Amino acid sequence: MIGSPRHEGMMQRLLVGRMFQGRLLPESMRTADGGRVERRTDIRFSFDGADYLGCGGDTLASALLANGVHLVGRSMKYHRPRGIVAAGAEEPNALVAVVRGGGRTTPNLRATQVELFEGLEAHSQNRWPSLNTDLGALVALAAPLLPAGFYYKTMMGPRGLGLWHRVFEPLVRRAAGLGRAPRVADPDRYARYYAHCDVLVAGAGPAGIAAALAAGRGGARTILCDEQAEPGGALLSEIAALIDGIPAREWLAQSLAELAAMPHVRVMPRTTAFGCYPHNMVGLAERVTDHLAAPSPDQPRERLWRVRARRIVLATGAIERPLVFPGNDRPGVMLAGAAREYLLRWGVKVGSRVVIATACDTAYRAALDLATAGVAVKLVVDLRAAADGPLPQAARAAGIAVLAGGRVLGTHLRGKRLDSVLLGRGDDGRRRWFDCDALLMCNGWTPAVHLHAQARGALRWEGERGVFLPGEPAPGVESIGACNGATDLAMALAQGAASGGGAVPVVEGEVPALPGPAHVDAAVAGDAFVDFQNDVRADDVRQAVAEGFHAIEHVKRYTAGGLGTDQGKTGNMNLLALAAAARGTPIPELGTTTFRPPYTPVSFGTLAGPARGEMFDPVRTTPLHAQAVAEGAVFEDVGQWKRARYFPQAGEDMHAAVRREVATTRAAAGLFDASTLGKIEVVGPDAAIFLDRLYLNAIATLKPGRCRYGVMLSEAGFVMDDGVMARLAPDRFHVTTTTSGAAHVLAHMEDYRQTEWPELRVWLTSTTEHWAVLAVQGPRARDVLAPLVAGDISAAALPHMAVRDLKVAGIPARMMRVSFSGEQGFEVNAPARHAPALWDALRPRIAAAGGTVYGTEAMHVLRAEKGYIIVGQETDGTVTPGDLGMAIGRGKGDFIGRRSLARPDMLAADRRQLVGLLSDDPALVLEEGAQIVAQSAPPPGTKALGHVTSSYFSPALGRSIALALLAGGRERTGERLFVPLARGSIGVAVAAPVFLDPQGGRLHV
Amino acid sequence: MLLIPCPFCAMDRPEAEFRHAGEAHLTRPPDPAAADDAAWADFLYHRANPRGVIAERWRHVHGCGRFINVLRDTVSDRILASYRPGEKRP
Ligand SMILES: [Zn+2]
Repeated sequence: MIGSPRHEGMMQRLLVGRMFQGRLLPESMRTADGGRVERRTDIRFSFDGADYLGCGGDTLASALLANGVHLVGRSMKYHRPRGIVAAGAEEPNALVAVVRGGGRTTPNLRATQVELFEGLEAHSQNRWPSLNTDLGALVALAAPLLPAGFYYKTMMGPRGLGLWHRVFEPLVRRAAGLGRAPRVADPDRYARYYAHCDVLVAGAGPAGIAAALAAGRGGARTILCDEQAEPGGALLSEIAALIDGIPAREWLAQSLAELAAMPHVRVMPRTTAFGCYPHNMVGLAERVTDHLAAPSPDQPRERLWRVRARRIVLATGAIERPLVFPGNDRPGVMLAGAAREYLLRWGVKVGSRVVIATACDTAYRAALDLATAGVAVKLVVDLRAAADGPLPQAARAAGIAVLAGGRVLGTHLRGKRLDSVLLGRGDDGRRRWFDCDALLMCNGWTPAVHLHAQARGALRWEGERGVFLPGEPAPGVESIGACNGATDLAMALAQGAASGGGAVPVVEGEVPALPGPAHVDAAVAGDAFVDFQNDVRADDVRQAVAEGFHAIEHVKRYTAGGLGTDQGKTGNMNLLALAAAARGTPIPELGTTTFRPPYTPVSFGTLAGPARGEMFDPVRTTPLHAQAVAEGAVFEDVGQWKRARYFPQAGEDMHAAVRREVATTRAAAGLFDASTLGKIEVVGPDAAIFLDRLYLNAIATLKPGRCRYGVMLSEAGFVMDDGVMARLAPDRFHVTTTTSGAAHVLAHMEDYRQTEWPELRVWLTSTTEHWAVLAVQGPRARDVLAPLVAGDISAAALPHMAVRDLKVAGIPARMMRVSFSGEQGFEVNAPARHAPALWDALRPRIAAAGGTVYGTEAMHVLRAEKGYIIVGQETDGTVTPGDLGMAIGRGKGDFIGRRSLARPDMLAADRRQLVGLLSDDPALVLEEGAQIVAQSAPPPGTKALGHVTSSYFSPALGRSIALALLAGGRERTGERLFVPLARGSIGVAVAAPVFLDPQGGRLHV
Repeated sequence: MLLIPCPFCAMDRPEAEFRHAGEAHLTRPPDPAAADDAAWADFLYHRANPRGVIAERWRHVHGCGRFINVLRDTVSDRILASYRPGEKRP
């Protein structure tokens, strides 16, 4: 046997070909009795197209193992065959896609957490074209070309990026990756819940149950959640111990019954506490229907819970660590604790002839239980020099061979699974192949301190045992049980009970496991994997350290260790130990990695909840939306608003419709829905002073009944918003804002009112939703309105920039003579509920006057012809009023932003100023955002002189026009410059920004 | 998600009801025109951003609408006090 791998063909033949005379074969590796599965219910499921039988209570992983299937996937980088390693959430390899049809495909699920149901269809991932014949494994031959830092190095620098996009990314995308997202929308619903409680216990193992019992008995409102289908944790695979004189599983059943009977206690299975957030907020993901063969359409698939708990008790257990040795990733190599759990909880033997390699006493429990179940435990290789604790002694007494001071030097794969291991002794260099179909490993346990650390609790290094344990916790958070370092049932129960001040249960019949440090062979080389999911080997870790990556966060990023979907739950401590050994420093000096939510992946659906489709963002429509729809409007989104963009008539495209709307409005009249304008009523004896301090313009001197254009600056001196101030009375203003700036402007005003000038007697009310605004613009605007108005709106009675309360069509309205078109203009503010009636009264009169309705696109052209700016289009947060040619109001004192306008940079002569541009070709409309330069063929790296902010075809001028911000622009009027576009350089002439009626005569008629 | 005590509502309310509003106790010079460029730039742009306790403003925008001051530890996120604008930092 020495020196050559062997195999046993018998076993292999048993493991292939599930069908026998058209009937599914029974599970070959299920025990006759024991465990918690329902053996009488045959559940049919498929994996990669092959049908199998499982039992009620199985996970996909336990059912596959019961059928002798270990190979479940290919590794990410080298496409190595991989098997099931663990039994719980920490599983790194067994990632599967569960397909339920109609968009119900969930990739990247851990087979260890997928509950079996009748008809379950699961697929392996990351293999092509199939799991057994994987062409991607050829990648493994290129392994020397894919060293640590491959992705990192490839993507650094412009040349690397190009290579990445052209060569590597398509290859890597094809070969690697983790499952595929479904291509159709998720048809399921997801719910959101909020809850408050006195005590939230995360984890329903022995410690968590003891804590919940103590809390519940004390009357505390308690939530006990557990990620598994069945609460119990380690108790589910505990067959020997007695708790308070009864078998552990019986104690579990009694405890759960007691908890269920308490009305103030909620036990939540299938619920993962995935994140611990500040101030005692815990995020829970509850899986409601995934385990059901036929989910009810009335139930959400998952629920996101946000729980605010007075006390958070973390009982999240510990995660078993793998050993790092060559070939430790073969299918059939798995964690010893997992193998024991498969046996005792699911009645599954993970192999027939096993070898166990361990650096920790707990693996002997697996050895003893497997031997009792009739599995041939051929040898326990203990990596420690001595193995003399109570558990190793019990194993020896049971006739199990133990080799202390041993080493695993290699493994051999035959077909789909391990068939032998190469063992050696540390002291004499002798080596020998042992045949076996499973190699169980244990390198100690890592307390699951994730939630404690997420809550910003400190970690403390416990050198003797080689673990990080919870240190000083966040207020209101405590850790109990294995995640707090408990190493046996008695300790876990005691910590749980103590957390709630309860009586401590008495445990009998448990052989204690003596804790010891993890074993790390600093020189281990070859295919010795540290991170299975991301294919990180010990060599890669040493290389990272050799290349100067010393902090553990850097080693992680460079090697990608711990960056998989499992976040390195099994591998991180080995990674840390190897990096520390390579640097020759103690582990704590490398620091710990940051623990970030979620603990296990949470579906996007759960996080999004109902916020999708129409519920993603509210849609705001104006009170005249139905009228616009009836007119055949094409809408555009402006923030949350739906605004009518243009109103095409038969045969018109947007350009034709906009030209007609603009020309008709200039020639006759146009009706425009301006209801989205922000409106704020500013009221109080100090209202005028208040506005004077917030706007560039002189508001204090404005007379009642008059309006003034106002520009709001940030304190830094940049244009923030603009609008019209209408003074209704000495102590009352109607202020408008831009559509998108309404909320921000009100908040800005409130800030100064509340915190800077609390002495001013002024009050602010948002009236945006109260007023609908119907703009009637054009030379015939007054003709359209006058017969409907009870009162005089002649130019003498209601001149440009005047405001009056008047009845229009019997509706009380606030009528303003303002214009954003450059024409004679009226903006009729009517209470929103009356807006449709007013529209209906105006619409036929517009038609009779030869006018039109127009949309936002025509509005933009009309204002651009006049050089009126739009905040956010001509401005971008770096533009001053001076840049736009605007002056400070006469006689003004200090106002917000004024001092900043005097800073040297704000006065520089080469600031970008608002100008007009006329392209050489009058038919050519420039692209908005295009850059402006002095040469027609600027060399690369030439600094732009400015950019185009607005650009349209102007019907009034019969040619294209543009507004631009141009360095020293006002001094450049008449200069010829260039706009380089993809199709060639466009010559432009710099002009004044007002293209039409610069004297404003049309406004005042 | 933080729980922020609102001194106007006299209740702990969830962070989602608030909007952060920057560092507190910045004093706008009473006569900005008299401030030199360096002092003005300091007022506009320079913030303490401490590792530790910061006095910061929040607006209870989906509640009472008031601006409030909060003392928060930026490392632990612990909130040490909340008080009304104009009141002295405790
Ligand atoms: Zn409040």
